[in-house]
Amino acid sequence: MTMVTKKMKKSKNSNSIWRQPLAVVGIGIIVIWTLLAIFAPWIAPYNPNAQDAAKFLAPSAAHWMGTDELNRDILSRVIFGARISLPYSLLLVALSATLGSIVGAISGYAGGKIDSFLMRVTDVFFAFPGIVLAMAVAAALGPQIRNAVIAITIVAWPVYARLVRGLILNAKQNDYVTASSLLGSSSLRTLIVDLRPNLSGPVFVLAALEVGNALLLLSGLSFLGLGAQPPASEWGSMVSLGAENFDRWWVGLFPGLAILTAVLAFTFIGDALRDAMDPRTAKALRD
Amino acid sequence: MRTKPVSDEKSQRKRFLSGNGFVPFILRRLLTSVLLVFGVTFISFSITQLVPGDPVAANLGQSAYSDPKIVAAFKVQFGLDKPVPVQYVKYVSKLLHGDLGISLSSKRPVLDDLKEYFPATLEIALVAVFLALVVGLLLGIISAVTRDRLPDQIIRVFSLTGVSMPAFWTALTAFYLFFFVLGWAPGTGRLAPGADPPPTVTGLYTVDSLIAGDFSTFKQAVAYLLLPAIVLAIYAIGVLTRFTRASMLEILGNDYVRAARAKGLPEITVIRRHVLRPALLSIITVAGVAFSSLLAGSVLVENVFSWPGLGQYAYRAAVGLDLPGIMGVSMVVATVYITMNLIVDILYRVIDPQMRDAS
Repeated sequence: MTMVTKKMKKSKNSNSIWRQPLAVVGIGIIVIWTLLAIFAPWIAPYNPNAQDAAKFLAPSAAHWMGTDELNRDILSRVIFGARISLPYSLLLVALSATLGSIVGAISGYAGGKIDSFLMRVTDVFFAFPGIVLAMAVAAALGPQIRNAVIAITIVAWPVYARLVRGLILNAKQNDYVTASSLLGSSSLRTLIVDLRPNLSGPVFVLAALEVGNALLLLSGLSFLGLGAQPPASEWGSMVSLGAENFDRWWVGLFPGLAILTAVLAFTFIGDALRDAMDPRTAKALRD
Repeated sequence: MRTKPVSDEKSQRKRFLSGNGFVPFILRRLLTSVLLVFGVTFISFSITQLVPGDPVAANLGQSAYSDPKIVAAFKVQFGLDKPVPVQYVKYVSKLLHGDLGISLSSKRPVLDDLKEYFPATLEIALVAVFLALVVGLLLGIISAVTRDRLPDQIIRVFSLTGVSMPAFWTALTAFYLFFFVLGWAPGTGRLAPGADPPPTVTGLYTVDSLIAGDFSTFKQAVAYLLLPAIVLAIYAIGVLTRFTRASMLEILGNDYVRAARAKGLPEITVIRRHVLRPALLSIITVAGVAFSSLLAGSVLVENVFSWPGLGQYAYRAAVGLDLPGIMGVSMVVATVYITMNLIVDILYRVIDPQMRDAS
């Protein structure tokens, strides 16, 4: 959120994301989910794992979203679900952004053979069916949300690598970079002091755009039984309970809506941040 | 590329391959494509080897697993007793002969499995990509032309929702609504239970039933594939709509568009001839990528619709730590991705003369 505020102060032009209604809606939704996650024990009407209601109650005044096959209150589980899905998606994005940025920075800065080798590796990962590899890794490591995060990180870093490499190649042409190397700066110093400021903005925007994808993949793996394990109230695995009892529409509908609203909000914010960047960077992010 | 002094013939070949003509370009791209496919086998092999997980335990029953003789026999049967590098070399040399190995979970040649499951996925993916192209382009154009007005706002929210919906949930909700409540959709699977599939020619039931002249099976196959295909298409529609809008807006800002308007061309001609045509170039790229992402996305959709396709096969292979199966699926999807990119690159060269100098 601090980054967002900074961004707002920086751009006083009409592109400021606070002028974009969708972005404001997105931020609002994320704020609500964050509050629900933090204060879940006080907000949720029931214990998310208590099995003391009746089985498959349709939504009613007592259970707004009904109950599932283990007599648990779905509203409470959806609220507690925010504690799993949101932090793990953010962690996943942070991990893959870091990994990808390191690879991209080495590639762009070193150039030559190292660059072409790393970029070929990146190409291979792009050609890869991400979810297939993630499923295989998650299954091999053992189905757990932590392992699902690792599995998706392995397939999600290449976008950052490609972006960072491109940005560094552009920035390297600046005279101040040449000047600083001539003055005897080490490679690492050039990379961190002179080049990094060019990167953090676009990488942050790409990360914001990717949070939604991360959440979709993560809940997808959980839906397949390769992520969060019962009785954890993870949204994706809750939808899979709905798939087993599809005639009880409320079991799968509400956790899915939770995923949809959160992903939508992140997409709104990411889009607005991208549009607020200067057009050249925005184009680099789109390609 | 640094050139060392080489023999005449060699340098000529080098010049030919790095030349700017159409044939060297295609040869160069074909070469990188083949290398990419091998890269994919190498990476999937290494990653599945690096992570712990015992394929023997995953595929043998409890009692069989406790018998060391059976375990040893299983390892020998699938070559798991050899050191890992040897396993990889053996895999690649077999691959060069068109042999993808034996699946650990189905105990059949992976190639036969893929021949059975791939057409099912291809069938819904083709329908989905067709829908996505038609609807996505149309919505994208309307959105760009009515920029910031009501239709644009509605379409933007619609396409953003499309890319934000979890596919497995969309599948479930659509199935509940159209099968359980409305009764429009026939159910899960490719055909009604007990119905005979048409004689296999392409593996696509719709095409095969037409070849056999069996119209009732054709109608049934269409009815069964429509809902999964639409669900699969939603994400791609969102992506294409957003992308079409963005690339058209970029072009609308050009001077030559203003010039075209200034000389009094009707708006529809301006859009069609001066905006849509150049925009199509980049849209083709995205459509190519979207197609291969559809193949991967089918994992979740097929799960809900019990669609016996590549996604279901991939899931079973992953859970069973069935390395040959996983590699087979990865190779199919990667090959499709790489081929799509190759086609897109070639189309680029054909459509856009500027690219010939750029590449």
